[in-house]
Amino acid sequence: MKYKSQKVAYWFFALAMLLLALQIVYGFIMGFARVGHDVLHDFIPFNTARAVHTNLLVVWLLTGFMGAAYYIIPEEAEEELVSVKLAYVQLISLAIVGVVAIAGYHFNYWEGRKFLEIPRPLDYLVVINVLLFLGLILATLFKSRKRTTTSLVLTMGLVFAALLYLPGMIWFDNQSVDAFFRWWVVHLWVEGVWELILGGILSFLLIKLTGVDREVIEKWLYVIVGLTFISGILGTGHHYYFIGTGKTWLIIGGIFSALEPLAFLGMVLFAVAMYRKGEKKHPNKLALSWTIGTAIVAFVGAGLLGFAHTLPQVNLYTHGTLVTAMHGHLAFWGAYAMIVLAFISYAMPNLTGRKLYETSRGSYAFWLSNIGMLGMTAAFGVAGVAQVYLERKMGMDFGDVQNEIKVHFVVLILCATMFATGITLYILEFIRYGRPTDEALEVPPQRAAIS
Amino acid sequence: MLTKSSARIFFLGGTIVTFVIFIGLSWHTLSRDVPQKTHEENITPAVIAGKHLWENNNCMGCHTIMGEGGYYAPELTKVVERRGEAYIKAVLSSKTPWQPRGRKMVAYGFNEKETQDLIAFLKWVGETDLNGFPPKPKYKSTLNTK
Repeated sequence: MKYKSQKVAYWFFALAMLLLALQIVYGFIMGFARVGHDVLHDFIPFNTARAVHTNLLVVWLLTGFMGAAYYIIPEEAEEELVSVKLAYVQLISLAIVGVVAIAGYHFNYWEGRKFLEIPRPLDYLVVINVLLFLGLILATLFKSRKRTTTSLVLTMGLVFAALLYLPGMIWFDNQSVDAFFRWWVVHLWVEGVWELILGGILSFLLIKLTGVDREVIEKWLYVIVGLTFISGILGTGHHYYFIGTGKTWLIIGGIFSALEPLAFLGMVLFAVAMYRKGEKKHPNKLALSWTIGTAIVAFVGAGLLGFAHTLPQVNLYTHGTLVTAMHGHLAFWGAYAMIVLAFISYAMPNLTGRKLYETSRGSYAFWLSNIGMLGMTAAFGVAGVAQVYLERKMGMDFGDVQNEIKVHFVVLILCATMFATGITLYILEFIRYGRPTDEALEVPPQRAAIS
Repeated sequence: MLTKSSARIFFLGGTIVTFVIFIGLSWHTLSRDVPQKTHEENITPAVIAGKHLWENNNCMGCHTIMGEGGYYAPELTKVVERRGEAYIKAVLSSKTPWQPRGRKMVAYGFNEKETQDLIAFLKWVGETDLNGFPPKPKYKSTLNTK
């Protein structure tokens, strides 16, 4: 690391690790409920487990993004963070709001709107928290004269993500309108502005890890985020097929969401090309595996598996079935979870000064979690396709179908165990690094500023 | 060869054009299509109260409605048509967990008014035009003959 204030990123990563571990626990609760062992039903019914599982995902990813931003922005802007103290205040308040929300879900304190279950009073606290975060990032950028494309794309992603949270806070009497605006938040986040954050972090990592010229990498960054928005904004239409809107969306949503894989294809070609082109190979092999892995798994999970059920003719049958869970798991893992884990793998040796670049525990973490997640995706996929045929085509009762496909959830739990083992190893490695220290500073910042 | 500034123009131009189209289509949808297809005039205070109950208890965490939700419990868009009001009333007011085929639902034990509000909400949802969703099963006649 080059700036002392970058150390704050470590605590964001630590919180992200904790929340990720909890997310997996709630995933297991749901998996067991699906095979008939719903033993916690009285305390943690399925809807609680599900809300906790998805919300923890969102919160740990955002925590990871924030940590990455606190690391990247000072380095790109060549300027210390304006206030480290406020960054800690932001972290602690984020953790408190998160814990209150998650605890509330166990006591029926929520808003049953898929992915946006945080009750409205807490929404305002989230807004204040994110404003504080953005204030610190923007003030740091503003103070510096150096503004790189990477830092601008990352910041733009963070600002838009905050703005797009707002439509989800309005109450509508009409369920269709409610769903319409809920997708403004959820879709335009994950298939829009979050990809800017992903692109910004990916570009930073590729610059550092491959040694390819910044101008070349940033040019392709523009092309990729351009493709993302051109396909992704109108691609929102694939959520508007069957919620009480007009038929125009069947055409618009179908065409543009079919183009969405292009952005991910661009990303994987770009990452692999930069890796081949780079002559100065960084010794951090684990970070490189996670970085290239992100691009590949995001293309398969978000791009290809999304495309598999995005056309309206197909989606009519798969909408509201486990096929969506299949796509959702590999997409979030590949595009967002892996980029955060890639960044942590890159940043930890620099923050702590311990160069654990190629440990066997680290590679087991990478392979077990990835193979485990692929297996889980396959299990969801088989269950989902069976459900589509039995329930939607043959007209069998929902409950009978669920009993028929139970066996696939046994496979899911086995694969999830492998996945969880990988993540456990990753977290153990994270703990082994220890705390960040000033001794890990590369060059004193004053001298860096002169050179 | 593509330069960085033309790549930037591609990004900004593409974003602005698609965003403007998106806003236009959204405006059309919300002002014309949705009120008509969802019969907005039928959204009574009971339907709104039902929606509040639907959200406050996170029914979507297990069930789906308009195909959106948890995939753990049945799709409820056409539930009034499929099961009838009496069955739904029994489920909603049950004091012990309803568990058809072994899978448990939380026992909400709703009172008479709450049950009526939720049924009003589900009835309204069932009458919306969802472009053919949920699809009619192809082979219904050969199954469920018991």
